[in-house]
Amino acid sequence: MHYLIEPGLWSSSPVRVAVLVGTVVAITSAVVGVFTVTRGQSFAGHSLADVATTGGSGAFLVGLNQFWGFLAFGVVAAIILEAIGVQRRRGRDVTTGVVLGAGLGLAALFLYLGTQQSNTTGASFTVLFGSIFVIQSSTIPALIACGVIALVVIVTLSRVLLLSSLSPEVAAARGVPVRAVGAAYLVALAISVSLSSVAIGAVLSTALLIGPAATALRIAKGPVRAMVTAAVIGVVVTWLGILLAYDSYYWPPHGHAWPVSFFIVALVVLAYLLTYLHRPARRRRPGLTGAPGAARPEVEVGA
Amino acid sequence: MSERKAPAADELLRLDGITVRLSGREVLHDVSFAIRPGEFTGLIGPNGAGKTTILRVILGLLPPSSGTVTVAGAPIGGRRHHRRESVIGYVPQKLLIEPDMPLRVRDVVALGIDGNKLGVPFPSRARRELVNETLRMVGADSFADKRVGELSGGEQQRVMIAHALISQPRLLLLDEPLANLDIRSAQGIVAVLAKLAREQQIAVLISAHDMNPLAPVMDRIVYVAAGRAAVGSSEEVLRTDVLSRLYGQHVDVLHVHGRVVIVAGEDGEDTGSPHDGAGQPDPVYGSGVA
Repeated sequence: MHYLIEPGLWSSSPVRVAVLVGTVVAITSAVVGVFTVTRGQSFAGHSLADVATTGGSGAFLVGLNQFWGFLAFGVVAAIILEAIGVQRRRGRDVTTGVVLGAGLGLAALFLYLGTQQSNTTGASFTVLFGSIFVIQSSTIPALIACGVIALVVIVTLSRVLLLSSLSPEVAAARGVPVRAVGAAYLVALAISVSLSSVAIGAVLSTALLIGPAATALRIAKGPVRAMVTAAVIGVVVTWLGILLAYDSYYWPPHGHAWPVSFFIVALVVLAYLLTYLHRPARRRRPGLTGAPGAARPEVEVGA
Repeated sequence: MSERKAPAADELLRLDGITVRLSGREVLHDVSFAIRPGEFTGLIGPNGAGKTTILRVILGLLPPSSGTVTVAGAPIGGRRHHRRESVIGYVPQKLLIEPDMPLRVRDVVALGIDGNKLGVPFPSRARRELVNETLRMVGADSFADKRVGELSGGEQQRVMIAHALISQPRLLLLDEPLANLDIRSAQGIVAVLAKLAREQQIAVLISAHDMNPLAPVMDRIVYVAAGRAAVGSSEEVLRTDVLSRLYGQHVDVLHVHGRVVIVAGEDGEDTGSPHDGAGQPDPVYGSGVA
């Protein structure tokens, strides 16, 4: 018999670090993610994560902290994506496809060479699937600073991002530099992806980015509420995930904790599925012809 | 048909000899017209004739190869230059937004106040009331808390008109707002716009490939075909000789049961103006102008 929240939980330094970093990562990913989902750029988010994998594995090969690899490659990839034309739907598809393949190919090479050198397979797992319990304390200030930077960029740009998502033409007509704003957003996205790569791994980082945001967008209507709801969901699933992973030490096979990334991702999916219970049938989008639906009041303005 | 005269003091907008070349092709040739407060102007023509290009030039999204645009009496870039954004409200073509876009109708309209600014807006009572009042003006107050992606095409148009109106522009540009709308929704939009022009002296420039729903309220027509424009009243513009010259081939303007139907002539008779085949006269319909 044991307790889910054990007496020694908070005295464990890895747990305290995991909760601190996890909270920063969850809030940043969730808030950035609201705009990623809104702009229809989930795939760009995922390909940034794949390129970040390359950076993380490269950093491992040369003996640097993986976060710097995630960050450097992610930001460079974001700028390249923007330059090649992530705005155009078709260009976006092809570009992300090509960049993604190249990134993961290199990651395979780096990880292979790295494990040959150091004779550990644990590093591959850490790069791909995260290691929130073994974060080096020296990188914590940098992680927090990056989270704050990404959040400040996104909140500062929130209105112009929403306006250009609504209609790029209207935004441009009102003097918004739509491309520059898109580029700044992609850099914030890259930072957020590197953060969640540290926490739950490069391959799974999209889960924290898209999951809480997509869940929030199903239950909160306005932009501010969506951002707050996403952040709350992200933080809750991260804390619960850490708690369960800590507890899973007592689960079979006894004496081995399950990876925290698994719990976080599973809880993200669970939260998303729960919204379908909450709102069983979202009203179908009316047809393009604008024919009035049965339940919709039509307002006539006097001619 | 081009209007070439000294700019009158009350003109909100004047285009003078606007020519636009895009990758070597001339998409607009010597287009000139002016718009005054409270005027309802239809920018009519077949698809691909250059209507959207004209709107883009007015909005400053596309620099013309030659010619000038004057907004509120001062040329763009001039000393008394008015900021275009404060004079012109713009309603784009059909939005392509998903139902999960986290914008309620009132959020979209509020973005019309300061959506081009950085930072987070400070919510205030005055702000909320301005949004509500603007929504009432266009008859969109009953769905103010719905997500804009869940609305019908006609409802979305009303919301985007409110979005453009809230900054109190003096000229409203609308790009094909009636396309893909059923007749009832289209009539509703036209009624809203006519009321704005009449009661608030807002000039309306509305592009359409079908002049039919606009005919009862249009003060003037800017008819665009093959990159050229003819300007005047319906009676002045919708004539066989005028439109044939514009299209560069013979077209017939037929008056059928009070409607106007424009069809290509059978013989393809050459009227002498050089054209590269752009803007073949699709049938264009109108009514109530004969």
